[in-house]
Amino acid sequence: MACKKQTVPFSGTKEQEEALKKAISELKDTPGALMPIMQKAQEIYGYLPIEVQTMISDEMEIPLEKVYGVATFYSQFALQPKGKYKISVCLGTACYVKGSGAIFSKLEEILGITNGECTPDGKFSLDSCRCVGACGLAPVMMINDEVYGRLVPDDIPGILAKYN
Amino acid sequence: MYRSHVLVCGGTGCTSSGSPQIIEKLKEEIAKQGLQDEVAVIQTGCHGLCALGPIMIVYPDASFYSMVKVEDIPEIVSEHLLKGRVVTRLLYKETVTTTGVRALIDTDFYKKQHRVALRNCGVINPEVIDEYIGTGGYEALGKVLTEMTPEDVIQILLDSGLRGRGGGGFPTGLKWKLARQNDGDQKYVCCNADEGDPGAFMDRSVLEGDPHVVLEAMAIAGYAIGANQGYIYVRAEYPIAVERLQIAIKQAREYNLLGKDIFGTGFDFDIDLRLGAGAFVCGEETALMTSIEGKRGEPRPRPPYPAQKGLFGKPTILNNVETYANIPQIILNGPEWFASMGTEKSKGTKVFALGGKIHNTGLVEIPMGTTLREVIEEIGGGIPNGKKFKAAQTGGPSGGCIPAEHFDIPIDYDNLISIGSMMGSGGLIVMDEDDCMVDIAKFFLEFTVEESCGKCTPCRVGTKRMLEILEKITKGQATMEDLDKLEELCYYIKDNSLCGLGQTAPNPVLSTLRYFRDEYEAHIKEKRCPAGVCKALLSYVIDRDKCRGCTLCAKTCPAGAIMGSVRNPHVIDPDKCVKCGACMEKCRFGAIYKK
Repeated sequence: MACKKQTVPFSGTKEQEEALKKAISELKDTPGALMPIMQKAQEIYGYLPIEVQTMISDEMEIPLEKVYGVATFYSQFALQPKGKYKISVCLGTACYVKGSGAIFSKLEEILGITNGECTPDGKFSLDSCRCVGACGLAPVMMINDEVYGRLVPDDIPGILAKYN
Repeated sequence: MYRSHVLVCGGTGCTSSGSPQIIEKLKEEIAKQGLQDEVAVIQTGCHGLCALGPIMIVYPDASFYSMVKVEDIPEIVSEHLLKGRVVTRLLYKETVTTTGVRALIDTDFYKKQHRVALRNCGVINPEVIDEYIGTGGYEALGKVLTEMTPEDVIQILLDSGLRGRGGGGFPTGLKWKLARQNDGDQKYVCCNADEGDPGAFMDRSVLEGDPHVVLEAMAIAGYAIGANQGYIYVRAEYPIAVERLQIAIKQAREYNLLGKDIFGTGFDFDIDLRLGAGAFVCGEETALMTSIEGKRGEPRPRPPYPAQKGLFGKPTILNNVETYANIPQIILNGPEWFASMGTEKSKGTKVFALGGKIHNTGLVEIPMGTTLREVIEEIGGGIPNGKKFKAAQTGGPSGGCIPAEHFDIPIDYDNLISIGSMMGSGGLIVMDEDDCMVDIAKFFLEFTVEESCGKCTPCRVGTKRMLEILEKITKGQATMEDLDKLEELCYYIKDNSLCGLGQTAPNPVLSTLRYFRDEYEAHIKEKRCPAGVCKALLSYVIDRDKCRGCTLCAKTCPAGAIMGSVRNPHVIDPDKCVKCGACMEKCRFGAIYKK
């Protein structure tokens, strides 16, 4: 998936690296530790660039391709940084039949980006997701942790304006 | 002692519509009136009526306030909680009658429901273990450990007729029996809380509203099959459920209801949480176990079945959240009690998540054998805006559509399969005349193509080819031969895929072909989408007689496709029109229509 922020260089700090190493040493010996460690790493860095994957591979003494394999398999592991405001539109069945497709198109139109991308200024990223479980409020989108429900396309400009 | 308890729903639905702010304001207002020692505010799990959230119930009189706003709180506190005068205007209108207020269980939404798995949801505070124990929690575990042999437990489950609620409907007792019979130095009990079917949220509601019931049932399972370690694999998209599970596990350990020597019987059992990372295929049992092992969640061929070689190569059982939620009740009330509910081959109740074009979206638990008509018309309150029912979709991307002709079929595992759908985990999405069934089939195929893990060719390549044909159909570019090819592919993929995902992926297409073939044919032969959904086949037209020439549509059109002068009928240039529908939405005279 193309991301317009692809060129952003990795800028991990010493503190982040220490936090990751600490998490790895704590979790390393539990069975099936790789995924919990990668989830922790994503929490620390916000995404899993190759530099972070390499650190995990070195610390855990497992091949990098194994880490990369897991990172690319699951949709929640992001290889690209996300925007400051992460927009996810629910395209689950309940939201879809209530018109979330039109909400998604409206966002694409306004932000000029599509699924999995982020705006060049790093402010918004757009993703589709499968059911946040607020089907009673369909169609639904989330911006970071804030849930917006019962949307119509005309609501979108007003909502985005709050973040600009 | 409190004289009144105010229960506020803290499920995901109500939280999204603002229940945390309601709780905060309630506490503030109660303190302002000096009632903090008399009135307790409790955050509970889901009540089911998510469409009317945030929901708040005031006991002892059980007044049911719906769609509560922060601004309403001062009035409710000063009138109802202080002076004892119910604010009738803010009550759920179904509970208000000419003669007074009626109980919630007498409303259409609740009167046909029977809550077993959801027994405690919306009733107790899920973050306090004592409340669970107060409603009989952990009594079943105590009974099992002190009075019963593992064989007794399995026999009770076999007698109860409980079948897996995750979709497959495999008899739970039999699953446990097989795992018991396989020797192993280590065995595992797993819980599938990776509710991937988009539009289904019953497992989440159980975890959020009554997490201890799952822990208790897993400990019972551990005793029955001889395991002392459990794993709950839960979706990371459910942050509230994850948090409440963490709290529940911690509290259960503190009370020694998990850990070493439970109830002083020498039985050890502990549970760890594992978070999913967004892969639908991980709902498949072997894929889920591979994922717990920390690998790519790809399924593997069976046999060997998990009961022989499952997690980390050891005998394992995997049950779904709702299945577990039934078990303590079965132990306490006996298998006959459970078997007295439901139909001949499907016992007990089933939780459904009602969604889509229906009034009462939310969570319902009904005895097996209830008809679709009762669920949609009576419990669900029918279709909004006077539209006509077209189909109900069950089983998500693995299931199918039930058309109006089967409206009176009693819902159970076997009936749903016989009409080409399946129970699935319990998502029930209602569609009306405005939904195009070809588009819905395409929607599910898009989902499967994205979620196919890629391990086996029929699923990886086959579903992609199916999607391409469906795209051709919705664009009006397909031929009748394409339709035959599509059907042939369906059977091929069903027969040859490795796991449940691929084997069931063609179901949405097969079932829509079975009941709505005319819609497919209209797209192909007449290049027409009868429901008016498929954009490529639509055109927007202005009715000359109705158009007043207000120019609003022309101003709204993003493509500049509408022409006409003031007070004269406008026309749409079909070559420029991008079919966004903005003009139709804006027209105040109903002069624009789709054809």
